[in-house]
Amino acid sequence: MLVEEIMNPDVITLTPDATIAEALTVLHENRIRHIPIVDDQLHVIGIVSDRDVRDASPSILQKDSAEKVLQNELKSIMSHPVVTVHPLDFVEEVASIFYDEEFACVPVVRDYKLVGMVTEKDMLYTLIHLTGTNVQSSHIEVKVPHKPGILPEVASVFGKRKTNITSVLVYPFKNDPNYKILVFRIQTMNPMPVINDLRECGYELMWPNNMTGPKS
Amino acid sequence: MKCDASFVFSDAMLGYHFNADHPFNQKRVVLAKELLAAANTLDESQIIAPKKATEDELALFHDRAYIQAIKKAGEGLLQDDGGLEYGIGTEDTPIFQNMHDASSYLVGGTLTAVDAVLSGKVSHALNLGGGLHHGFKRRAAGFCIYNDAAVAIKYIREKYNLKVLYVDTDAHHGDGVQWAFYEDPNVCTLSIHETGRYLFPGTGNINERGIKDGHGYAFNLPIDAFTEDDSFLQVYEAAFKEIAEYFQPDIIITQNGADAHCYDPLTHLCATMAIYEKIPALAHELSHTYCNGKWIALGGGGYDSWRVVPRAWAQIWNVMTTGKHKLGDIPEDWLSKWQMESPVSLPATWQDDKNIVPTIPRKKDITEKNYKVLQSALKYTKHRHT
Ligand SMILES: [Zn+2]
Repeated sequence: MLVEEIMNPDVITLTPDATIAEALTVLHENRIRHIPIVDDQLHVIGIVSDRDVRDASPSILQKDSAEKVLQNELKSIMSHPVVTVHPLDFVEEVASIFYDEEFACVPVVRDYKLVGMVTEKDMLYTLIHLTGTNVQSSHIEVKVPHKPGILPEVASVFGKRKTNITSVLVYPFKNDPNYKILVFRIQTMNPMPVINDLRECGYELMWPNNMTGPKS
Repeated sequence: MKCDASFVFSDAMLGYHFNADHPFNQKRVVLAKELLAAANTLDESQIIAPKKATEDELALFHDRAYIQAIKKAGEGLLQDDGGLEYGIGTEDTPIFQNMHDASSYLVGGTLTAVDAVLSGKVSHALNLGGGLHHGFKRRAAGFCIYNDAAVAIKYIREKYNLKVLYVDTDAHHGDGVQWAFYEDPNVCTLSIHETGRYLFPGTGNINERGIKDGHGYAFNLPIDAFTEDDSFLQVYEAAFKEIAEYFQPDIIITQNGADAHCYDPLTHLCATMAIYEKIPALAHELSHTYCNGKWIALGGGGYDSWRVVPRAWAQIWNVMTTGKHKLGDIPEDWLSKWQMESPVSLPATWQDDKNIVPTIPRKKDITEKNYKVLQSALKYTKHRHT
């Protein structure tokens, strides 16, 4: 999946000579946590987060200087240079940026111009969709040897039963490189026939099999 | 308390039949009905025949194009893959002959139950052929073609303008009904079910609370796999009472899937017959407290057709008519009639022996977690009425 599919194209921006007071208002009124700072060409030259603004804001004990501090320009507190991504980047690359850099949001830039933003929240929403938990389904986990051709082999069991697969994930099995866990979400209320087929083919099920006792 | 009640039944309801191997089987209705007859608690005079829902009635909830597709499918006129966009022709919901007519009788049965109660003829009515809660506006799912509860609630809203409390105790989330009224503040839904982490349909999280005007009128209690009687009843009773007080319904509709039992092959809950005594007792009590007795009970899931469902469903009727569940032995006549056909040994008593439940090592954790689910689900009702 590409960044352009999950980014928010309606971005609220400010210029570097805008004041901290303005940033406070924008953050508050739009319930956002980051404002990209752009010049008149829409080039991203910095970013200001609610945290930056809070850190720069005077405490209520210093009433006299408060008004003065709030009039400071954003260029005095913005972070730069800014890490940006491209609309054609993969979503998972953005996930690595969030994780490695501990960002919660990145601007999306095409042809040096700001075209969107991706937040951690967008990323998680995408993840929810990738795992398929948003569609009616049952969940089955199969432990398989890590070898070529195993996925179509297992998937054909579902195909024979005309069971629609809504999502597939492949996980490592603990620390054993010889096995993988295949997680299927399938559109059926009665997974028993498929489960029996899988067992008959010799596959080991991680779920459902952790029964505490026989349900006869 | 003795109450007047109607039992919806006719052979027309038995046409809803996918195939011999399918886990959803209307034989369950016959078994429950005959069990009641053998126990002398169901009289012929209390039985009313279901009407057949008209297309206009189905269209109160379902899309016309979907209804047409179901009709065509039942006449063998749908192309090979033509049903898939409507959720039919799968292993769960295969196409069968006259499926439109058969499904229309189940919906009609629930409408017949509604009219019996709302005309003032009786206080309560039971349609064990209904409760097909996974049906969507234009898609069949999870053995359900037309969603009788959703159609009936639309019907009540249009024809009688009453506030409806829908309570779903099937082990699967009552998703079709929940989504149908997700924006409607006059229909409150409560579903207790095994968490959707692994189990179909996967939805029914606590944070599904309704949207727009309907926010705060959808409640979910997703309980853990291996939940037992005490924990189930603890959270269910507290939630049902609290929500009834908060919502002040005019009528209660219950969906009585009987698949939370430890014998059920499709779920991982570990209840016994004890919950199926308390579930109708609560609905009965609360319908008299808030709704002048107006209570309609439906069937639903339940895939141990021999040992679990007949007793569970019969107790609904016992409670409806006498205010009490039955105790003691299952009538000998019923046992001898059906034991030959049953692949498993039939239970000889109305109650279960506690020993049928396997030992659950994490019982304490599960109970604690379910209690947290309860508190979280009721967070907003408490705020509103205190
Ligand atoms: Zn169910």
